[in-house]
Amino acid sequence: MTQLALVIDLNVCVGCHACVTSCKEWNTSGAAGPMGDQNPYGADPTGTFFNRVQTFEVGEFPDTETVHFPKSCLHCEDPPCVPVCPTGASYKRKEDGIVLVDYDKCIGCKYCSWACPYGARELDEQQQVMKKCTLCVDRIYDMTMDEADRKPSCVKACPTSARLYGDIHDPQSAVSIAIRESGGYALMPEWGTHPANHYLPRRKTRIKIHEDELERADNPLKVDRQLPKPAMNEPTLDDVTTW
Amino acid sequence: MHPAFSVIFLTTLIGAAQGLFLALFTAQSYAAFKLLPQPDAHAFYGQGSLLALVLLVAGLVASFFHLGHPERAWRTATKWRTSWLSREVIVLPAFMGVVFLYGLAHWLNWHPVLMTLPGGLPVDPSAILGVAGTVLAFALFVCTAMIYACIKFLAEWHSPLTVINYILLGGASGFTLAAAFAAATAPELVGFLAGWAAIITLLGLLGRAASLYRNARLKPKSTLQTAIGIKHPKIVQKTQGFMGGSFNTREFFHGQPVAVLRGVKWFFLLAVFPVPLLLLFSGMHGGIGLLAAAFAVQYAGLLAERWYFFAQANHPQNLYYQSIA
Repeated sequence: MTQLALVIDLNVCVGCHACVTSCKEWNTSGAAGPMGDQNPYGADPTGTFFNRVQTFEVGEFPDTETVHFPKSCLHCEDPPCVPVCPTGASYKRKEDGIVLVDYDKCIGCKYCSWACPYGARELDEQQQVMKKCTLCVDRIYDMTMDEADRKPSCVKACPTSARLYGDIHDPQSAVSIAIRESGGYALMPEWGTHPANHYLPRRKTRIKIHEDELERADNPLKVDRQLPKPAMNEPTLDDVTTW
Repeated sequence: MHPAFSVIFLTTLIGAAQGLFLALFTAQSYAAFKLLPQPDAHAFYGQGSLLALVLLVAGLVASFFHLGHPERAWRTATKWRTSWLSREVIVLPAFMGVVFLYGLAHWLNWHPVLMTLPGGLPVDPSAILGVAGTVLAFALFVCTAMIYACIKFLAEWHSPLTVINYILLGGASGFTLAAAFAAATAPELVGFLAGWAAIITLLGLLGRAASLYRNARLKPKSTLQTAIGIKHPKIVQKTQGFMGGSFNTREFFHGQPVAVLRGVKWFFLLAVFPVPLLLLFSGMHGGIGLLAAAFAVQYAGLLAERWYFFAQANHPQNLYYQSIA
């Protein structure tokens, strides 16, 4: 069974919000209706977004790290928002595991948003229906697009490739390998929602250089045991003669 | 959570209506067993059912203000297998229908004997409708409360105390209303109904105090560490990703200072329990004004109680919305 998902690499995300704006652009232009904004140029603008990038500071000065944290619907394998829906407008697709809202059935009772611990759902003030990330379901199956474009809009937009997309139930997919080999984890595992989206942790990249790698250890004329040993910065025969 | 007045009015109005119906049928059952004098059926049961029906309709109307698309409300009856909200939507009109028929049977004095119980007790349609209404009243209490109690993420609600308190507080306000109503239509029942109203109010105090005690000692299951999956003791949110508000900042925060919350709590603790109890005791011998005041104060207190019920619930999604920058 397929479970499409995003894997977000917190080690790579620079917090540029490109995924936020490209998500809004793609999804507000879609057949499902606009993602309305209220008071967009006023003092207190608000609007519907499927995706946000938040920023956290981890640690205590001076030992801090800034973590940019993209946040959208996690397409849980056991989504708590689905069974509470009184109309069946919220559902999880069997064929690919995407959790969707049928905007024509939603009555806007907001109950599903209470039943999501991640705050992934937002009521669209203009359409008065619950909205959330669709994993760009109207992109990823669009056969009129090039195959390389059949990915969620946020994935295409990410300049640092912090967002991977694929089937986490296929052990050979890039996302499965990333989860397996780079310590991928799920958010709030304590609730047993089994989010499909995973996050890759911050990693320290270190390279150990040994001293002999900086020296010309292969110079035969400096290791002829003549004493005193010539200093490292003295010219060698290699430097003063041509062979 | 942000308390929505539509839901506050829905739960308190239908709670009082369910309690009122239970009070009517309790009185009828006692009277059938000759434990109480037989009141004027037309006035007490008939008009009492009408009063319950008015409250139920008012609650139903209030609930529609909670919906973004009330014209699609009929769809809510479809997912009763999984959703308590859907179950409530089915049970509420069923209960309204039974209350209507029960009231009609008394209003028209339609009391043909359908069968006779072993003790020689005659069973008429109003008795059967009363039993059906009692079952539905309790079913509706359970459905309404389980809408909140079944959400495990809201620890303040996720407890059997939620169901117990919905039953007890709805019952208390309904019996208080029944006592006030009886003072006008069936004075011989006032002592009985006011007594039960006081008993249920006291039980409600126990239940609500227990839930306040429990909620004050809850330890949140989710932390900022599990929310973003970084295991460091010190994490501070620098920005939630936007500067204006969003649904997440409006729906899940009550936005009131702690002093307001505390004030509302003490107001409802006084207005739901001791003040109506005093008024019930002083009006027990037929003081219609005192009993009406008891219901008015208790109902106002229950509005505050329900407001506090929502405001006190802390949703784990709030971990992601702590800082604007």
